[in-house]
Amino acid sequence: MSTTEIRFSGFGGQGIIRCALITGKALALYDDKFATMTQSFGPEARGSACSAQLVVSDERVLYPYLTQPGVLMALSQEAYDKYYGELPKGGILIVEEQLVKVRGEHPDIRLLRVPATRYAEELGNRLFTNLVALGFLTAVTGVVTADAMKKALPGLVPDRFLKINIKAFDKGYEHGLKMTGQNNGGDAS
Amino acid sequence: MNTVAADPKGVDSGPHFMDGDHAIAEGGLAAGCRFFAGYPITPSTETAERFAERAPEVGAMFIQMEDEIASIAALIGAAWAGQKVMTVTCGPGFSLMVENLGLACMTETPMVIANVQRAGPSTGSPTLTAQQDMMQAKYGPHGDNAIIALCPDSPQECFDLTVEAFNLSEFYRVPVIILTDETVGHMHEKVVIPPADQIKVVPRNNYSGPADKCRPYKFDSQGGHPMVRAGDGYNFHITGLVHNEKGYPAATAEQGKIVVTHLMEKIAGNADKIIRLDEDQTDGADVVVVSYGITSRIAVKAIQDARKEGIKVGSLRLITIWPFCEKRIGELAGKAKAFVVPEINYGQMVKEVERCAGGRSKVISVNHCGGAVHDPQVILDAIRKANQ
Repeated sequence: MSTTEIRFSGFGGQGIIRCALITGKALALYDDKFATMTQSFGPEARGSACSAQLVVSDERVLYPYLTQPGVLMALSQEAYDKYYGELPKGGILIVEEQLVKVRGEHPDIRLLRVPATRYAEELGNRLFTNLVALGFLTAVTGVVTADAMKKALPGLVPDRFLKINIKAFDKGYEHGLKMTGQNNGGDAS
Repeated sequence: MNTVAADPKGVDSGPHFMDGDHAIAEGGLAAGCRFFAGYPITPSTETAERFAERAPEVGAMFIQMEDEIASIAALIGAAWAGQKVMTVTCGPGFSLMVENLGLACMTETPMVIANVQRAGPSTGSPTLTAQQDMMQAKYGPHGDNAIIALCPDSPQECFDLTVEAFNLSEFYRVPVIILTDETVGHMHEKVVIPPADQIKVVPRNNYSGPADKCRPYKFDSQGGHPMVRAGDGYNFHITGLVHNEKGYPAATAEQGKIVVTHLMEKIAGNADKIIRLDEDQTDGADVVVVSYGITSRIAVKAIQDARKEGIKVGSLRLITIWPFCEKRIGELAGKAKAFVVPEINYGQMVKEVERCAGGRSKVISVNHCGGAVHDPQVILDAIRKANQ
């Protein structure tokens, strides 16, 4: 049985929970995996550090919370500071390069910086930062397929912004493929 | 139970990635619930939100009441006006509903109440999980009365069991309580809602015969009796007082015996038909883990590890909490060395297991004061201890 635990983190309003919902839906509905998503519901989740957790498995998920996250996506300094310590050796750390200043180079983990804000601004709005990061995560982790992620978007982003969210996703996805030296088929859309 | 296919208007068929709270609202709508009255409280509010959002397209009514007392009072009224009704709350709100829950039991008013349990007592820890209201669900109201309570372990079961809750509630004319918890309520997983024609629902049964034969009650310890709908022209009466079959007060010891026996026995006497359990390798087991809700999933992890160590351990998951599965625990008692009962409270359902085991097997409580789920290791340790 293969199980992957992912923590999505940032600050309230960045669309962190949305990232986990999109990924969970993609896995559970279109990638034929079991996915269980939980989120921080404490008062501390309002406006400051915000986190959503996703457990992905080939079999039914029994324990719904994280025990040993293999992937951490941090889109804010506070989120990075709070959670990077829980990554094990070989874990994947994805940070937004403008928003997070990393402490050291983390030789034991796979540190990947994504210029999500810059790409989002190129598309006209910082609000798409989360989708760029999500495309990047899809490319570098291989946990979920790009196809499933795009199928999951309708209903989770407003209809009138669907196309531009897909563009944002593709930007991040292509950047992730390039960065990890994977073949870019040129047809991420 | 006479069933018909669900009204497609209320059924959002297909696969969803949905949390347990939303699945409860969808289950209610699929079952034909068209009236919801409630008051928001964490961690149950998402059910109310979902119902409110869907109500206009389905043709249902949603009322946010001034508090939980008014909420359940509105349900009783709407039920006698012909609607299938539901509400949702958690411990503090449930405490307020308890008085009228007794009225609903006494007046045999069908309704579904979901209690998405959070850590108590009192306002406790609003955002954190617990299973501390198991006994309150049954023993909350004063006087003898019986309810049915179901406990889902996943968002999918939140949907499935809410449909079942409505069916049981309509047939036995009794409040049915969904005893879920914050973890399951807020957890997102795949939920598949079947097509409407594959969802069987018990339709509201309204009396339509001659006026002189109209009786809102029949005290024969069975379900399946028609309601009388207010506004249909029949003269009848509803009261919390001990009453006769026309519903008029008849507060005597003799009538009290007739009414109370009926209320208790329509549930206890039909327990075999009502109770649903999920068992795995209980026959021949040395240790039987009795659990429910989110704790049963954590327990499976411990059970898998115990089996790797060669311990013969079975799992008995309570889907129906009330009425309690006395008979099954009695059958297993004496055969298994011990029962292990993990639950996110200070030890509630374990008392029922002890009672039914009658000293023939050890009973080990693995309690937890709430705010989190068990560490599976703690349950594994208890299984090892039980096997000694």
